[in-house]
Amino acid sequence: MEQLWAIAITIIAASTPLLIAAIGELVSERSGVLNLGVEGMMIMGAVAGFGATYLTGSSAVGIFASMLAGAGMAMLFGFLTLTLLANQVATGLAITLLGIGLSALIGENFVGKQIERLPNFHGIDILIIFSFILVGLVSWFLFRTRYGLMVRAVGDSHTSAHSMGFSVIGLRYACVAFGGACAGLAGGYLSIADTPQWVENMTAGRGWIALALVVFATWLPKRVVLGAYLFGTISILSFVVQTMGLNVPPQLLSCTPYLVTIVALVLISRNKRVLRANTPACLGQAFVADR
Amino acid sequence: MKKLLISAALAAMALGGTQAHAADKLKACWVYLGAIGDMGYTFQHNEGVKEVQKELGDKVETVYVENVTEADAAGPIERLARDGCKIIFTTSFGYMEPTLQVAAKYPNVMFEHATGYKTAPNVSTYNAKFHQGRYVEGQIAAKMSKTGVAGYIVSFPIPEVVAGINSFMLGAQSVNPNFKIKIIWVNTWFDPGKEGDAAKVLFSQGADIIVQHTDSAAAITVAEQQGKLGFGQSSDQIKFGPHAQLTADVDNWGPYYVRRLKQMLDGTYKPMQSWDGMAEGTVAMAPFTNMPDDVKAMAQKTVDDITSGKLDPFTGPITKQDGTVVGEKGKPLADGDILGMNWYVKGIDDKLPQ
Amino acid sequence: MPLRLEKRAERSSTMALVSPLIAIALTLIFGAAVFASRGVDPWHGLYVYFVEPLTDEWAREKLIVKATPLVLMGAGLALAYRANVWNIGAAGQLQIGALFTGLIPVYFSNWQDPSVMPAMLLMGVVGGMLWALIPAYLKVRFNANEILTSLMMVYIADLVFDWLVRGPMRDPKGYNFPKTVNFVGWQTLPHWGDIHLGALFALVAALGLGFMAYRMLKGFELLTLGSAPRAGRFAGFSAQRAIYFCFALSGGLAGLAGASDVMGVSHQLQTPYSTPSYGFVAIIVAFLGRLNPIGAIFSGLLLALTFLGGEAAQTSLHIPDKIAKVFQGVLLFFVLACDTLVYYRVKWESRK
Repeated sequence: MEQLWAIAITIIAASTPLLIAAIGELVSERSGVLNLGVEGMMIMGAVAGFGATYLTGSSAVGIFASMLAGAGMAMLFGFLTLTLLANQVATGLAITLLGIGLSALIGENFVGKQIERLPNFHGIDILIIFSFILVGLVSWFLFRTRYGLMVRAVGDSHTSAHSMGFSVIGLRYACVAFGGACAGLAGGYLSIADTPQWVENMTAGRGWIALALVVFATWLPKRVVLGAYLFGTISILSFVVQTMGLNVPPQLLSCTPYLVTIVALVLISRNKRVLRANTPACLGQAFVADR
Repeated sequence: MKKLLISAALAAMALGGTQAHAADKLKACWVYLGAIGDMGYTFQHNEGVKEVQKELGDKVETVYVENVTEADAAGPIERLARDGCKIIFTTSFGYMEPTLQVAAKYPNVMFEHATGYKTAPNVSTYNAKFHQGRYVEGQIAAKMSKTGVAGYIVSFPIPEVVAGINSFMLGAQSVNPNFKIKIIWVNTWFDPGKEGDAAKVLFSQGADIIVQHTDSAAAITVAEQQGKLGFGQSSDQIKFGPHAQLTADVDNWGPYYVRRLKQMLDGTYKPMQSWDGMAEGTVAMAPFTNMPDDVKAMAQKTVDDITSGKLDPFTGPITKQDGTVVGEKGKPLADGDILGMNWYVKGIDDKLPQ
Repeated sequence: MPLRLEKRAERSSTMALVSPLIAIALTLIFGAAVFASRGVDPWHGLYVYFVEPLTDEWAREKLIVKATPLVLMGAGLALAYRANVWNIGAAGQLQIGALFTGLIPVYFSNWQDPSVMPAMLLMGVVGGMLWALIPAYLKVRFNANEILTSLMMVYIADLVFDWLVRGPMRDPKGYNFPKTVNFVGWQTLPHWGDIHLGALFALVAALGLGFMAYRMLKGFELLTLGSAPRAGRFAGFSAQRAIYFCFALSGGLAGLAGASDVMGVSHQLQTPYSTPSYGFVAIIVAFLGRLNPIGAIFSGLLLALTFLGGEAAQTSLHIPDKIAKVFQGVLLFFVLACDTLVYYRVKWESRK
């Protein structure tokens, strides 16, 4: 029993950063903005969180710093894509590259340093609990509040939303910032609560997985939990399988999350009605007011 | 006094004739896989370089490049060769091909490749008998473990790593013939996230001691968090696991580097394959902590025996996992057998990934 | 907002030429600031980073070697993006191309006559193409977003490559180290200094695609489908065939880049394999070259320079080579930002 609990905790720890980052990106995409820069925002959050905790001795400051770093990168993205109307795919890529490079430079001095791990109760820390609350909050916000409705309207039909008087750009900026803060927080979780260390490139592709997760969840918050935990489980499973002596090549096992994502994408996309019912229709399209 | 030394060194070098230009110091360069702050493998190489600076600082200029990925190493290595380095140490196995490629273009520069197996007229290899330290750790583990199971986190199934696993197991079996290990391959030398996860999984599967052949301090940190025990890797990681670390398998490259550079300086340098161990001081154990005195004494005796040559971890006969026996009774295995080790000893249940 | 964009009546052609230059200038200024912040004299830093690699013949050769995969992929991607086909998976296509190429030396190491070279190159192209056709098929048949599918394929490619090179394709005399046998003789590409035949492929590909894009019907078809899809449909151009075509083309070129890399530079397959990451830099190459295959030649060389500069900075200035990524990201930023000026005029408004 204790064994199962120990594995469960490991899975939860592996899934939480995916969950937090994906939920943030979900909000951004619901407003119509596809931000491919999640990996870059996450790693900046990781280095900022670790660095701030190391320099001030307080994990609270670190958590805040990680969110700020992520949101900052997101604002850069927002300026380019929402104000300057640059291509969202390319800009997201630029953010990713910039984040990876900048974080390595900034983090040089933090390699090998130690910080106090986030206080936790048997492995469950406050961020894990917060991740679930976050899902609930986002779900409530999107589907039960006026602003949430506005966000979804902007994502589905920005011209109509604009003609109804909603500030398309303003709402999108807010959603992008939120997405960035979440990505940053996810990165901070890795460097403050999970390992806790700073290593170049420590996010190791989790940002890209978070992007896939949003689609896998068909842009519904509660399904993001399912997806995140599925991915988290599979990543831990490949280690467990090794200890059980089974001879499955670990690389093939690690392929499963990506294959599953592709399958999920296919399933929801092939029926145009299902797709349209679930995808924000204006995802990735720039909005220019014609008045 | 210093000026005198420098002039003397200059004269010696002029006589030695190995220097092509009139620089007054021998330029020795190192290529590192990780960051010198990794508190693990690269950190130890750099500590060795610091010893060179201490002992030979007036005759040798040291330069290093860190974070050089194995696949992109040819560029930095060649750059160093062009920049006037007279001897270049490439400190990771994955640098083997780039080192040979560059060495072929610069026959007057000496290259030393760590943990590899290919040589050339100007390429030496050097390695440390890490497995000697593992034997000691195995003995300690068998004494300290309550569950009789250790968790072993490893990178890739190369001979050095396999020999380490076997040596650990043999050491453990010398104390407890029924000792078991569970092995996880993380397929990377350095990834704290993965290493930490692997440690957590191993602990959850019944292991209560962790040992690793990867480069970060993640596993020992997890051990500390969970109140379990573990061994540091490459360098003394006690500050990551003050209550968890029993000892660490420390790489002490200083003596080797100093020895080779002295040979460069006095002209007796010859390319060769070196494999130092405890006897030369290249492998050392961190202070024994978090264990009772009788275990300390046992461990120390083993260290002394290995250092003096009385004990060799791979003394025959050794029974392989498949039942066959290698080695003659009382005789250590040949170096070649260990450098190419491709099998597990009996008692390890996992299959070696092929 | 005090900043407002006003669409120009027509695309400003002066800006189209000038904006990449402005972007480069801004990047240099940013770079100078980074050097200064680390206590390095900005001029010296910029010199080491951007100029020194050009002064040395050895470095110039390395520049071309590094630019080869970037131009090969950048040219293909430029055309694909123009047609609104978003292949983000060039990295995986390169890797599978290299894998397919490696099958011959590993399983047919005795095949040592002149025909093996084109055979291996062809294998690389085929590998890249097949890998790219998967997201293409999923898009055409199931409408699955090709950005995400091609991206997922990158991860799968890396894992499959790792599994095979570590396992069945491993050199049996290699002491279990994760690499294949060395390629020798006709199984490698001829070279002049460091520069190998792949550079010629890159040049030909870029020029050829440029010609196709602006002088052939196929090119017109792709460009139209990208910028005015409905007009394209009315003209009888099939968007679906364009998707297949663009993925096959860019994927095949990526596979060729992989083949030339392992046949011309490393002469083996080993894992971890870092060249695939150039597949992402190639996206920047495409944009910097203004989505023009011929422009990719210049932008490929420029980005190759950022890599070399990173190496130089690492050995001479002790700045981590990750600074190359910073330069690349920032360069792309400024390019994208300055591009806005091509289509829009910036107006400052005072708040009422």
